[in-house]
Amino acid sequence: MKKGYFGEFGGCFVPELLMPPLLELEQACTDILPDKAFRTELDGLLRGYAGRETPLTLCPTLSRELGFNLYLKREDLLHTGAHKLNNTLGQALLAERMGKSVLAAETGAGQHGVATAAAAARLGLSCVVFMGEEDTRRQAANVMRMRLLGAEVRPVASGTRTLKDAINEALRFWIAEQRTTHYCFGTAAGPHPFPTLVRDLQSVIGEETKVQCRSAFGALPDVVVACVGGGSNAAGMFYPFVADPEADAVRLAGIEAGGTGEPGCYTSAPLNLGSPGVLHGQYSMLLQDADGQILPSHSVSAGLDYPGVGPEHAWFHKTGRVEYHVVVDAEALHAFARLCRSEGIIPALESSHALAWVLENAEALPAGGNVVVSLSGRGDKDMDIIREHMPDLCLPARAAEKEAVQCL
Amino acid sequence: MPLILNQTEKRSRTAPSTTDRAEGSRPEQTSPPGSGQGSGASVLTRRIEEANAAGRVAFIPFITAGFPTPAKFREALRELDEGGADIIEVGVPFSDPVADGPMVQEASRRALAAGVGLRGILEELAEGAAGRKAPLVLMGYYNPFLRYGLERFARDAAAAGVSGCIVPDLPVDEDGPLRAALEAQGTALIPLVGVNTPVERMRAYARRAAGYVYLVSVLGVTGERSAFADELAEAFTRARSVFSLPLAVGFGFSGPAQLEGMPFRPQAVVVGSALLRFLDAGGSAADFMRRCA
Ligand SMILES: Cc1ncc(COP(=O)(O)O)c(C=O)c1O
Repeated sequence: MKKGYFGEFGGCFVPELLMPPLLELEQACTDILPDKAFRTELDGLLRGYAGRETPLTLCPTLSRELGFNLYLKREDLLHTGAHKLNNTLGQALLAERMGKSVLAAETGAGQHGVATAAAAARLGLSCVVFMGEEDTRRQAANVMRMRLLGAEVRPVASGTRTLKDAINEALRFWIAEQRTTHYCFGTAAGPHPFPTLVRDLQSVIGEETKVQCRSAFGALPDVVVACVGGGSNAAGMFYPFVADPEADAVRLAGIEAGGTGEPGCYTSAPLNLGSPGVLHGQYSMLLQDADGQILPSHSVSAGLDYPGVGPEHAWFHKTGRVEYHVVVDAEALHAFARLCRSEGIIPALESSHALAWVLENAEALPAGGNVVVSLSGRGDKDMDIIREHMPDLCLPARAAEKEAVQCL
Repeated sequence: MPLILNQTEKRSRTAPSTTDRAEGSRPEQTSPPGSGQGSGASVLTRRIEEANAAGRVAFIPFITAGFPTPAKFREALRELDEGGADIIEVGVPFSDPVADGPMVQEASRRALAAGVGLRGILEELAEGAAGRKAPLVLMGYYNPFLRYGLERFARDAAAAGVSGCIVPDLPVDEDGPLRAALEAQGTALIPLVGVNTPVERMRAYARRAAGYVYLVSVLGVTGERSAFADELAEAFTRARSVFSLPLAVGFGFSGPAQLEGMPFRPQAVVVGSALLRFLDAGGSAADFMRRCA
């Protein structure tokens, strides 16, 4: 297979001016990543700083209701609140070894920005985060967290003023500042070597899950589910299963965000609803019009709100090794509420999409079997959105009951 | 594939004096397929050489299709041609122009909002092809070409009088399919190299290059600059030693006057953002050409 490709997907479609830093990064991935001292240091950071390993939690109430054992892989318990730190600590350490002093990052919901800012602060690097102007308003709390961590947040006013434009601006910045800067890309997408690098750094999720499943119920799970934005938590969860011949029978399901689900509305589901094309350095599935212009995306969860997807997922989709489904805003919100009340866990709206698919399709899942959901992040960042979409959920319990009675 | 390899057409390269060329190195350029007498690729090379023979640096204006408005674009294209542009680069707008600065981004955004697309651009260029003196180069990001269909695009572009293409997000490592489609029509895929492009990568481009070579003068995006780093001169020397095709510099130039005092002399200069800004402020392309003369 051609370098940097997953089947026909992937590649490195960037201006020539970005090839030298990407080739430098590729070399660093080959030379530094496997290095024992590097591994030891990263492992130490993941355990001592980030809080690995994360638990595999059995959900007793939901399991009873659903008729199978539902486990959550608790990336929500990782420092800064999402799986993103697995990637940023690895890339920050790599950048340090490469002699770079600045980390640049794009962010949508702000989770990757916060995780990059934290990793930079921890390792003494400077940090510049590009964030769509629209998102800086929607996710104001994360802007403040990044600033507290010492990062410079640059609002992006071009294009649709969301994640895809933040990536464009970060790439422009990297062209100019490549000598001092490492671009800490936030998901398993973009030009080679990012899809592979990010997947490998996130694979700790799936590796741990396999070991934890064996000790919890003595086998690999029947079904593993993860939400797919760019695809990093899903790639990190799935890859160790895909690469393991003993895991051939494990059903893998990636969940894309369908937005409102109303006809004619924008979605964030390029695998199910898009077509192949080139965006942000990769040939993959994307949402585009008949002229090849990139369409805006939409999802209630900012972290899934992206018109593209990592090339390896396009390949898994094509080969059929992973199935991909669409969950709409309302289903995700409903799953969010149900996990809060049933298990005492407030999930990120992104992760709620994965959970929602399990809840909506419970009857088709193996009774008495074991299902693992990647709980990629916690929902603290989503309070404003929840208040807006589900005001009832936020009322004091008594008042909510009264409202419910009035509705009857 | 019936490609014409016309070795007799060995160009007499004009312009660069021998001092421009690194000592002892020999350009490894061979005539690429499709660079035969009448091909678009060879027309581009010849136009630059003719300007150089007349003692000029060839002037290549860049204008985004459909900017400032579709009607004004049509007028500007005609005025650039009548005003003596040696080659005209026409930008195909894209929603996500990563190699562009604020002015070209804004031009793309407005052109797209006005409904400009590749199909319409090719139709319009085809209509005006007969009366045009300057050969055209299309500059645009890969996805719209891919979506259009590479072979169909290459055919329709050739029919519209397009002599070459510049695709800023298509490095040599990925350019095989488009280059094959363009070469079949004799159309050049013009390489973009930068001040940070090492000599080995320049050689990879040189093995395939046609038309001319675009040297990006800054480590950055499009948009006017007041100063250029020393590394530009070094990159120019490096490129001159590798490529036998004419070298055009671009990204950051407001006009040929800016070349004065530079320690090297390119064969062509590309001016984009400055022209777009001039047009946006109500100026005419004819005036812009007079100012640049
Ligand atoms: C909690 C959480 N889950 C998932 C995602 C989606 O990213 P990916 O598909 O790369 O895992 C994000 C992105 O911000 C996130 O914050």
